[in-house]
Amino acid sequence: MSAQQRFGPGDRVRVRLDWPETGPRRVHIRTPHYLRGRIGVVERLFGAFPNPEELAFGKPGLPEQPLYQVRFEQAPLWADGAAGTDTVVADIYEHWLEPVTEARHG
Amino acid sequence: MAELHHHDHTHGPDDHAPIAAHGPKPEYAVLERAVRELLIEKGVFAADDLRRQIDLTDSRNPSQGARLVARAWTDPAFKQRLLADAKKAAGEIGVDCSNAPDVVVLENTPKRHHLVVCTLCSCYPKAILGIPPAWYKSVEYRARAVKDPRGVLAEFGTTLPRGVEVRVVDSTADLRYLVLPMRPAGTEGWSEDRLAALVTRDSMIGVTTPVAPA
Repeated sequence: MSAQQRFGPGDRVRVRLDWPETGPRRVHIRTPHYLRGRIGVVERLFGAFPNPEELAFGKPGLPEQPLYQVRFEQAPLWADGAAGTDTVVADIYEHWLEPVTEARHG
Repeated sequence: MAELHHHDHTHGPDDHAPIAAHGPKPEYAVLERAVRELLIEKGVFAADDLRRQIDLTDSRNPSQGARLVARAWTDPAFKQRLLADAKKAAGEIGVDCSNAPDVVVLENTPKRHHLVVCTLCSCYPKAILGIPPAWYKSVEYRARAVKDPRGVLAEFGTTLPRGVEVRVVDSTADLRYLVLPMRPAGTEGWSEDRLAALVTRDSMIGVTTPVAPA
């Protein structure tokens, strides 16, 4: 694998709260709006792939980006939703993920 | 979300109009024809290449997925190969999807039920299942599957106990997902062909579960 993997299964991650669509350039973004800023858990790593945000404009999309399947609690994604058993998983490229550090107690 | 319409009318003397040219085509059909003819004229591909690709696309249908599921139900080693590399396992039963995007098979268990959607567009494991149904591509399904999965399942007649995790899988990258449903009870000793007949397209998307006839 050409890219280093920053995250592993079980890691808590946050999807970056970023909105490139509102900037001056045309963009192609695969990270769904409903997941931006949300905290999830890495389910698995699929390997590294060229960045589709660049491929869409005819660029090579290198270096390849690690692609993760990230799991989110389904109900809390929407207003007033309390966590239940249901989940949503999505495939998210590493450059859209930040680590979530647990608060230390005591 | 109905796909079928029934012809309830009787055929009177004037019901069959003479064959006539279709009315004005939608603009996208005009665009497609113009681009297609230009690409053929410039030698990018031949008309026959296109015809063969259309035939190939049309040949793909849910029965291919059903055969994969039925074999996975009866052959545990094949199931492991299917879960590890779906396209390679499909090749074992004569389904050639080597040029297609990667497919990942999601195994339903008594604790977890998968529901596949593409909120961004309509990604679907076409190389195995063929073209998706119109409802799968609809804005309504794509929005509601992640917001109210159990409500969507209920509309397809599917209810799962609260304790079962409904996992909605949003195909946001280039991986395509196919659900491996649980084998229904009461099918012990069934042949692969008989089992495959139980596996519907909708059960491989995750909106329904296969049921053995009573």
